[in-house]
Amino acid sequence: MLHADPVLELHDVRMHFGGVVALKGVSASIPRGIIQSVIGPNGAGKTTLLNCISGLLTPSSGAVLFQGEAVQGKPPHEIARRGLSRTFQHVALFPRMSALENVMVGRHARTRAGFWASGFRLPFMRREEARIRTDAQAWLDFVGLGAQRDLPAGALPLGKQKILEIARALATDPVLILLDEPAGGLNTRETEELGELLKKIQERGVTVVLVEHDMNLVMDISDRVLVLHFGQVLACGSPAEIKDNPDVIQAYLGEDWGDGGGGAPRRSGESEVDQGR
Amino acid sequence: MTDIFYGAAWLQYALSGLTIGAIYALVALGYNIIYNVTEIINFAQGEFVMLGGLFGVFYYQTFGLPLGAAVLCAVATVGLVGLLLERYIIRRARHVTVLSMIIVTIAFSILLKGGAMLAWGKDPYRLPAFSRTGAFLWQGVAVQPQALWVLGISAVVVGVLTVFFRTSFYGKAMLACADNADAARLVGIPVRTMVLLSFGLSAAVGAVAGVAICPITLMEYDRGALLGLKGFGAAVLGGLGQFYGALVAGIVLGLAESLCAGYISSGYKDAVALVLLMLALFFKPEGLFGSKEAAGLKRF
Amino acid sequence: MTFREKIGFLALTVFLAVFPWISGVSRSFGHYIDVMIFAGIFCMVTLGLSLLMGFAGQISLAQAAFFGIGAYGSGILAGHFHWNPWAAMLASAGAAAAVAWIVGVPALRLKGHYLAMATLGFGVIVHIVMNEEVDWTGGPSGLGGIPGMSLAGRKISGDAAWFYLVWAFVLAAFLFSRHVLHSRIGRALRAIHDDEKAAEAMGVPVSTLKVQVFVTSAVLASIAGSLYAHYVSFLSPGSFDLMWSVRFVLMVVVGGMQSLWGALVGTVLLTFIGNEWLQVFADFEILVYGGILLVMALFVPQGLVVWLDAALRGKARPVPTPSDRGS
Repeated sequence: MLHADPVLELHDVRMHFGGVVALKGVSASIPRGIIQSVIGPNGAGKTTLLNCISGLLTPSSGAVLFQGEAVQGKPPHEIARRGLSRTFQHVALFPRMSALENVMVGRHARTRAGFWASGFRLPFMRREEARIRTDAQAWLDFVGLGAQRDLPAGALPLGKQKILEIARALATDPVLILLDEPAGGLNTRETEELGELLKKIQERGVTVVLVEHDMNLVMDISDRVLVLHFGQVLACGSPAEIKDNPDVIQAYLGEDWGDGGGGAPRRSGESEVDQGR
Repeated sequence: MTDIFYGAAWLQYALSGLTIGAIYALVALGYNIIYNVTEIINFAQGEFVMLGGLFGVFYYQTFGLPLGAAVLCAVATVGLVGLLLERYIIRRARHVTVLSMIIVTIAFSILLKGGAMLAWGKDPYRLPAFSRTGAFLWQGVAVQPQALWVLGISAVVVGVLTVFFRTSFYGKAMLACADNADAARLVGIPVRTMVLLSFGLSAAVGAVAGVAICPITLMEYDRGALLGLKGFGAAVLGGLGQFYGALVAGIVLGLAESLCAGYISSGYKDAVALVLLMLALFFKPEGLFGSKEAAGLKRF
Repeated sequence: MTFREKIGFLALTVFLAVFPWISGVSRSFGHYIDVMIFAGIFCMVTLGLSLLMGFAGQISLAQAAFFGIGAYGSGILAGHFHWNPWAAMLASAGAAAAVAWIVGVPALRLKGHYLAMATLGFGVIVHIVMNEEVDWTGGPSGLGGIPGMSLAGRKISGDAAWFYLVWAFVLAAFLFSRHVLHSRIGRALRAIHDDEKAAEAMGVPVSTLKVQVFVTSAVLASIAGSLYAHYVSFLSPGSFDLMWSVRFVLMVVVGGMQSLWGALVGTVLLTFIGNEWLQVFADFEILVYGGILLVMALFVPQGLVVWLDAALRGKARPVPTPSDRGS
């Protein structure tokens, strides 16, 4: 699959942990500006894939090209600096810091006052600090958490923590943002609001890669869907194509996905067992 | 030890390097046992060696036990100290931070050192050699039977530990705790007991090193830190958690140190092992025999 | 600064300003000024260590070595080569920074216990060098004849002058550290402490920052060492051994790692304990130190300052972080 302007390309990305193979050669190309969903059962390798892209893991082999440049094996902060940001499946905020401070950390890569400038409180450092504060506040307002700015992140309810993580990721000025199950633990109304937020993010020109179990959300907002199955790409296409893909249907019907999310397309009803997470 | 022929000097150095290297290997094993089960580095490991030697002297001289019994009692006593360390100190601190874990084991090592000074004073003590025969000549080199004891004991301990962790139920259960404590708990392994045992076992192995070396180098209250540090060097060089690696690396360190003392400068002999430790930490933290991949797994 | 902090800082400054006068009033307190000079010198070391332990979450057992590099650097440059003491201080600090960088870059890439072990090994190596390089350091018999310092053409002599000089350095180091902590850098450090992986994914260069803190702590220790050398004018390796590194850690732990005030309080307290009240224990002071360290680490991990503050305000303990578990 070739696109004129792919923002992210994966070439045969493989990852094994000792003897366990998590990714068996994943290739994909993600065009700029879309919402790309990645779905698949637990253990399909979705989070491993995100970790390989964002640099928390180095793929055993294969290449990850971000805006045309190979980033596999580069440290995560370097990849973040190039414009690739992410959230985590299990909320990874800085719990003792306030909501605003969490987002301010997101501005780290875009600001530069160092040790000496900070220690001596040089004028440029003070100006920069004020700008970090207003930028962070703007991102909090953007996601609708402006009122919670001074609360410790750890004290927010889970749904708001998930949104705060998105605000923190946006504060890094990303070109591409990886969201690892942002709807996990959210109720129906919150999930709807999340969908609207993701659309708003897309409108700002940010490419969104969404790993998600909530099929309604995925089918609603995605431009393209990639199905990962046992560490391999099973199918890739528009939501409609994915719904009708015989391999996907076979995979969903043939085996019990046991996802506990919003349900699989054409769910078989009786065979779906909610195992929770 | 006096050189009888100058030509045999290198052999003499090599022999003493081999002996002290085997001791470093034993200390390294102590780190590896605890690391394999808990991924903790115990900063009091060297003090176990010191205590082993001094308790050996205590049981032999003060209690008048026969040498063999004194050695066994010393090992058992220090093993008990290890159990107490885990049960009453480590267990309290485990769920705080890595930093406080380090501070706690450092504090414990200082307490052991201070306690040893209180009990035994600052003088070095000697334990008689395990066998009564005197030094004999081999290839123009004076060989102390105790050196052979040290080598033999190290080899046996390495072998026994390897078999224990690879094949026995307890050994495998202990390893499972490090891989994934929650999963181990789920399949019914008493994780706490395993961690407790690992500290006891590790302290006992350290004590074995202490009593084995005491007849050759004597033992005093402040030897623990350096022995512990060099043993840690062997553990890192051999790949943390690997028993045979520790043995080989320990001997490499011992030889390097002894040859440096012989040919370069005896004042800097203690620095040799430390420099090697730092080079290993910096350039090959997975150890000479560890794979990069395994090291990567450990860190994530 | 918050209002409370401003008041605290002001009170500290006033106290320090009048201290030499107070200690001059009563004969029985007269030598306390000497103890306070040492406490101030040690405060420079522990402020840096507090940045490293409390805010970068790393431990160094080599602070006595960096202290020693500053002291011997100044001693040799000013004594042997007759350098200006200020130039010697600067050069030694540069050397300490370079060494810390060389040790820190590889060591801080590693996690958990490795830095502690690497710094422990490094500290012992430096101590061995001090003992062995007799031509330069005087070896075990020590290095004497280190000149004093002068400022703006006037020689610094007498306890009061030294007291003001040392504590001016401490206050400057305190303000510098505090500003760093309340900046982009400090925020990133706190982020690392809370969740290293998340911080890294947000573009925080974790190991670079840790190295910078480590180098800063080494520089502060080295400057302290230079002041020490010129104040006491005689150095021996015994003042820079492993036990001293442990003592510095102890000072930080007692006062509280998570607060710069903790470093000041812990250091002054332990310097007084060591110099005044532990004399009766003579050789067994290490037993006392070990006991204090163990009790503090197990039962008062937040340190005296935070503990007292919480007790006075009747506040609950701070929220523990999930990432603090395990390695």
